[in-house]
Order: sequence, then C-alpha cells, then structure tokens
Amino acid sequence: MPAVVAGVVVTLIFAFLWARDAMTPGRALATGGPEPAGTADAAPIPANEGGPAMPPADAPVNQGMPRSKFLELSTLGLGGVITGIVAGPVIGFAVLPAFTGDELDAVDLGPLDEYPKGEWREATFMLDAAAGEVSRRTAFVRNNGMVDEQPSVTIISNRCVHLGCPVQSGGPRQDEDRETIKTELAELTVTPIQPANFSCPCHGGAYDTEGNRIAGPPVRALDRYKYSIKGGNLFLLEPYSVGEVKGEGAEAMIKAYGLQGPGEHVDGPSGLLYPIQPQDLG
Amino acid sequence: MAVVPPPSRRRKRRMDQVMGLVNIPIDWLEERSGLIGGLKYFLFRKVPSDINWFHTLGSATLTAFLVQAGTGVILAMYYQPHPDKAYESIRYITHDVTLGWLVRGMHRWGASVFIILIFLHMARVFLFGAYKYPRELNWIVGVMLLPLAMLEGFTGYLLPWDQTAYWATVVGINLNGTGPIVGPFLSQFLRSGDEIGADTLTRFYALHMLLLPGAIMGLIGLHLYLVMRLGVSSPPWSEDAAGKERTEAPPSGERGLVRPRARGGRPRGE
Repeated sequence: MPAVVAGVVVTLIFAFLWARDAMTPGRALATGGPEPAGTADAAPIPANEGGPAMPPADAPVNQGMPRSKFLELSTLGLGGVITGIVAGPVIGFAVLPAFTGDELDAVDLGPLDEYPKGEWREATFMLDAAAGEVSRRTAFVRNNGMVDEQPSVTIISNRCVHLGCPVQSGGPRQDEDRETIKTELAELTVTPIQPANFSCPCHGGAYDTEGNRIAGPPVRALDRYKYSIKGGNLFLLEPYSVGEVKGEGAEAMIKAYGLQGPGEHVDGPSGLLYPIQPQDLG
Repeated sequence: MAVVPPPSRRRKRRMDQVMGLVNIPIDWLEERSGLIGGLKYFLFRKVPSDINWFHTLGSATLTAFLVQAGTGVILAMYYQPHPDKAYESIRYITHDVTLGWLVRGMHRWGASVFIILIFLHMARVFLFGAYKYPRELNWIVGVMLLPLAMLEGFTGYLLPWDQTAYWATVVGINLNGTGPIVGPFLSQFLRSGDEIGADTLTRFYALHMLLLPGAIMGLIGLHLYLVMRLGVSSPPWSEDAAGKERTEAPPSGERGLVRPRARGGRPRGE
C-alpha cells in the first residue's frame, strides 16, 4: 500500500514537470526544432590559415560546481544514505539484543526450612525453566539465622571469578541425603555440604567460605545472589559481584558491585578499566 | 629409436576432429569471457627457478581451507544449532549417517591441519624474508587472515555442544571479557546476553559458517591476487636473485626434492 502511494506521488510530480516543460515555448525549441542557419555563404579558407574555430575561453563561464562533479557526489551521497538506512538497523539487530536482555524472574529455592540454620546446602536449579538444561546453575546456600527478626541467608554463586569454571566445595558432602524439591516452575536438588573452602578445578583458584580469594588467579571474591523470602520460601534474585567480604555470616560486610564477568576487577585502580555500576548493598 | 611413421590423412582428420571437440568449447568460453586466458595466466605464470617445496605451504593451506569449506557445507545439512538438539545431531552425524564419521572427522582434524599449515606458511614467509618490499601488503592481508582462522576454530569448538565445548567456550569468552574497557562489551556480544544459551549457539553457528568463511574467502582472493601481481619471491640464498652467475651447471639427473646449497658452498659433487 505505501508503495502504491509513493508510486502515485512520483507519477504526479513527473507528470507536472513534463506538462510544464511541454507548455513552455522556449524549452520546446531547445530540445528539438531546426538548427539555426549558419553563415553558409562565407568563402572557404584553407585549413592552415584559419584561426581556431572557437576562441579559447579566458575563464570558466560557470564558476560553480560542474554538472558531472555534482552528479558524481550526489550518487555517492545517495548511495551512502541508502547504505546507512539499511546497515543501521542490521548492525543494531546484530549487536543490541545482547545488551538489552530481559530480566530473569526470581527462582524459587523451596521452603526456608530446607536450609537449617548454620548449615551449608548446595542448591542446583534452573535460572530459566524455558531455556532448559543450559541454564542450570549451582549456588551454595547458608542460613545465618534471624537478624533483627529478618532471616539472613548467604547465597554464593559457584561461578569462579577467574574465568567462569564451576567451583566446588572442599569438604564432605552427603550425596545420599540429596533432596529433590519441586517448585511451581521447576525442580531443584539440595545437597548437604560442609565446605572448608571452595576451589576451582580449571586453574586452581581457591576461596574461603565467605567467598574471599585465598589462592590462585581470581581477582575478587565469589559472586553472590540477592534473595527474598515470600510465604516461607527462599527466592533467588539477581546476582551481584563482590570486592571483598569482611566478617562472617550475618555480620559480614560486603563490598557489593553490579554483576561483572569473571576476571574483571571491581575495586582498586584496575577496577576503573571495567565499566561497572556500583550498587548500594549493605 | 623407432621412427614414427607420419599419420595417414584419415587418421589426421580424425585427430583434428577430436581436438576440435575439446578446443571449440574452450575457445567459445575464452572469446566471450577471457576466463581461460586468466586461468592460464594464473596457473602457468613464471616463478623463480630456485623455489622449493616450502613454497607449496601456501597452496596447502588453501587446500585445507577448501576441505573445511566443502565438508562444512555437508555437515550443515545434518547439524541443528539448538541447545536441545545440537549434541544429538552431532551423535547422529557420527554414528548414523552413512560416512558421517568420515566427513565430521575430516572437518574436525582438518581444522587443526588448517591452523598448523597457516603457521608453517607464515614461518616460511617470515624466515625467507618474503614479507619485504613490495610484498608488505600481502603479509598484512595474511595477518588479517590468521585471527579469522582462529575465530573459526573458537566458534566451531562450541558447536558439538558437549561439556568440553561448553566450558571451553565459557573460559574463552571470559578471557575476552578481561580485556580493559572493551572486554566486558565484547564478551557480552559474544555471549549474546548475560548467559550462554540458545542465542550463543546460533550466533557462533552463523559466525562459523557464514560471516567468517565469507571474510576469509574475500581476503584469500586478495591474497592470491597480490601473489599473482607481485610474483613469488626467491629464497634468501638465491644466487639468481642476488645477481650472481650460476656457479653450477643445471642439475643433470637429479629430480625431486633437492637440498638447497648453502651460500658460498662448494658446488655439489666435489
């Protein structure tokens, strides 16, 4: 439909131009008509005696841009505009979706009673049930008990902040006591663990139970998840990055930053090299 | 030596007919396109007399690339870039499709061969000094081809979608993320979001089979054009290239791989 409208508009414009052209008497002559009569009765002269047929121009008549140059530039310009109109959305489509992803919903980690006070549990769940197995993640969860009548929970991500391999808890684990909890959207498994530390199999990064680096190449402490408690269930919210943790358990003071990729500094001078969004977290 | 009798007239006419059968279509094409002449110019151009087997590493690399392109096209007919299906389709190719194991194996091992040949070719050009004037631009084109080939390896490694592929890509993308300033944006772009998922797989697949091979083909074309225009360089010990007269008679009976003589060495056989 828009193409038809555009076609009609273009037709009308050119019809008008043609009609104006045809009705102007001077113009009709210029395009056709007999050639003006020359001085046919002048005596012929030998070729080597005559002067130049046309006197050399002392200066260009038209000081402005020559027609050919104008056409050349307008062709290039028009081509550039068309390329831009096409390439802009295409490049945007290729690049922008990576930066405008939707926020994920909170993940139900089951009743808080599944996480006894002072003990660690390794919870394995899906971040996004629709994405399936590829979104399976593991977090280490510890219930710190009540603080000011609010439950305090530590949820540490198992993603190593060196290059993203999965860290594992160093210490006993009771696989035989693994429980499968069914929630509304998916199911998760919860395994009791007694970590003395967390360590990464890829390049030997090691962390204490608060996630602070104790050895190896990682550049900061392990990431954590925000959480909320609704109707007695523990919900996992978005992850955030941690510079370092002072203190332990419910009294821990966390230097929190917006989530950064593994290997990216969050604090100190080198933190300036990685654009981050600091968050106000206690 | 037996004297060959001159062919009879009938025989000669028949030979002319057979030759015509071959030549007429070629001439038809040549007259209308000039392609045959171009091909002859490319294939039968003059090269220095003292080139050796090391000079074939470039065409070996090209052959490796063509093998990758050919086998890759066939693999794309069976492969499914979806998180739930990719691994199964690879299993299907390997175990169920007739000769699938062979073509996948060619592609998988050919990838390593391609990269190894690139480095050998690069080492040859470097050690022979073949990157010097007037061939600097061709060195630069080659240096642009190198990361494209390595990106092919990186993107192709994810496609089997097994544990190795997944974690190698996690680490590879996060390595990019550690680059200052641009790193986080680069890794976000490669991941196509915050997490590796379906979009990452299809993105890597599209890069692996469309964008990168296209760029590589274009640059190989430019690379070959420059080779043709500038000619092949002599090895550094070349006496011809140094303007010296040959001290040695042309090789009498020797054929095949001949060890180059050291500069200023005694003639062979003394």
